[in-house]
Amino acid sequence: MTPAPQETAAEEGQRDYSLLQADRGSSLWRDAWLRMGKNKVAIASLVVFTITCLLCFGFAWFCKDPIQQDLTNKFASPSGEHWLGTDAMGRDLFSRILYGGQISILVGLIATFVAVTIGVTYGAISGFYGGRIDAVMMRTVDTLLSIPFLMVVIVLQAVLSEWSGTTSRWIVDTWGWNKEFTNRATNVLPLFFALGLFGWLTLARIVRAQVLSLKEREFVEAATSLGLSRLRVLFRHIIPNTLGPTVVYATLTVPGFIMYEATLSYLGLGVESPNSSWGILIKEGANYLETNPQLLILPGILFSLTLFALNFLGDGLRDALDVRASKD
Amino acid sequence: MLRFIASRLLQGLFVLFALYTITFFLAKAMPGEPFTTEKNLSEESKAYQRALYGLDKPLLHQYLIYPKNIITEGSLAVSTSKGRPVKDIISQSFKVSVILGLSALGIAICIGVPIGVISAVRRNSWVDWGTMAIAMIGICVPAFTIGPLLQIFIAAKLSGIKVAGWGDPQDILLPAITLGLSTAAYLARLTRGGMLEILSQDYIRTAHAKGIPSSKVITRHALRGGILPSVAFIGPAFAALISGSFIVETIFQVPGMGQHFVNAVISRDEFLLLGVALFFGFLIVIMNLAADILTGILDPRVRITGNSSR
Repeated sequence: MTPAPQETAAEEGQRDYSLLQADRGSSLWRDAWLRMGKNKVAIASLVVFTITCLLCFGFAWFCKDPIQQDLTNKFASPSGEHWLGTDAMGRDLFSRILYGGQISILVGLIATFVAVTIGVTYGAISGFYGGRIDAVMMRTVDTLLSIPFLMVVIVLQAVLSEWSGTTSRWIVDTWGWNKEFTNRATNVLPLFFALGLFGWLTLARIVRAQVLSLKEREFVEAATSLGLSRLRVLFRHIIPNTLGPTVVYATLTVPGFIMYEATLSYLGLGVESPNSSWGILIKEGANYLETNPQLLILPGILFSLTLFALNFLGDGLRDALDVRASKD
Repeated sequence: MLRFIASRLLQGLFVLFALYTITFFLAKAMPGEPFTTEKNLSEESKAYQRALYGLDKPLLHQYLIYPKNIITEGSLAVSTSKGRPVKDIISQSFKVSVILGLSALGIAICIGVPIGVISAVRRNSWVDWGTMAIAMIGICVPAFTIGPLLQIFIAAKLSGIKVAGWGDPQDILLPAITLGLSTAAYLARLTRGGMLEILSQDYIRTAHAKGIPSSKVITRHALRGGILPSVAFIGPAFAALISGSFIVETIFQVPGMGQHFVNAVISRDEFLLLGVALFFGFLIVIMNLAADILTGILDPRVRITGNSSR
């Protein structure tokens, strides 16, 4: 381990003080929370991201229908009725941005969830069992890491979207769900998995490194001598202790996935209309850039702001949890 | 050193084979058929076409014949959507992609590394804050937003720079900037991190104490170690530039390989898909190797061994 970035004596004293003052038993997360509270950028990012989520998942339900077209009212300027004006089809831009945010943020979160689930399990097993299993598993990760990620995701996405059509028809036939709703829901599903299936590699390496050092510690020996099974030791005692780096890495992964979603949608290989996502809005906006630049710039701003907030939040968490990730 | 390179090349071959396997089976699993896009062909002529391209053979046969043909004949098969050898398509467009990728990388290094060094030296000052905030913008604003904005605010205003197109040397400028900006931002952050670590080391203090001018301490003593994380990043960065070039090529209408890849997926052209994927994979393997060798030269502490498990 290399030393954490040096601090001035004053900062160091302050930090120790705040920890000493905690009269109750102080946990890792409590300490982290206290440290995070001092990081104004991280707190601001948390606020920005929370507001964005509230707007997209809460406020959006009270907005206009994002699909309803009004061809007599194209490219309208902002007004009381259309807060940010309308787009090329006369659809309300404000509610399209919020609904687009739903999908973009969901893709980021769910793909990260898939990636974290695979990555933690894989890395933990590899590090815990060691030996030949470890060697094979890590060589596999090394190989997959050298493969151009976006290219495989593009092809995988093409394969999975066919399955999503079949799934959609099956759900409609079997359970009698609303057809339009089902189509819209299943259209997004492949993205979650296409991204998640390849995003776990770095995390698996990080978790493995953690497990390698954790499994030599006394508490693991204690748990083993109490007669717990190996799997129980791994999943109940070791994996929870890798949570810090996992949380940090996951937070930094979400903006990456949101960016990938936008890239795929921009190439016409991701989310399809009538669903909207920030990538689609930016793509559509680019067509009318010379006459109506706000169609590109407004979704672009919210998109970038969200990515900004998530990245700074991840950085803040890393400092607060005192994690040194392998990257950066 | 030679043994290291040889073992890395072997590993690279393995990577390419894995890439081939994944792409091959994904391409087979893709819905739709290669010959459905154009006019409605009769079943007989479709069957004839399939036989012509060898697509009627058993799957395992197809899986093995493709690499065999690469090795024995150097042939990458024929594109089903364009009817031309994939090798010709690649050799026409790859120069464009490589020029674009390398100039983007060059721009990224020229912007990113100095910014990272400056903000590390001026740690916690407003210079540091400002440059790192700008770097974050570079990471968070996607190429497909920056690209169009550059088009209307620079290309449309300045004569001599075209909004889109490829041919004159100055046409490289805008696509390369768009492509290189996020890499520049990552490099700036990495260089800053690396420099901060080095600048707190004893030997830097010693150098300062001996009265060596600060600028020389930074460029001669600190930079060599501080740049290491960035050098290791260049391999993956080049891969990212290549993937990113799909977008940039679309925006600026650059006739590179990225477009062929996206078109191959859309028109279910598996031979073009495999050819482009393998060629990109090959470039990435070479760039990773180059980055590893460069790290070894810059940092004697890196003990070069065959397997690099960390």
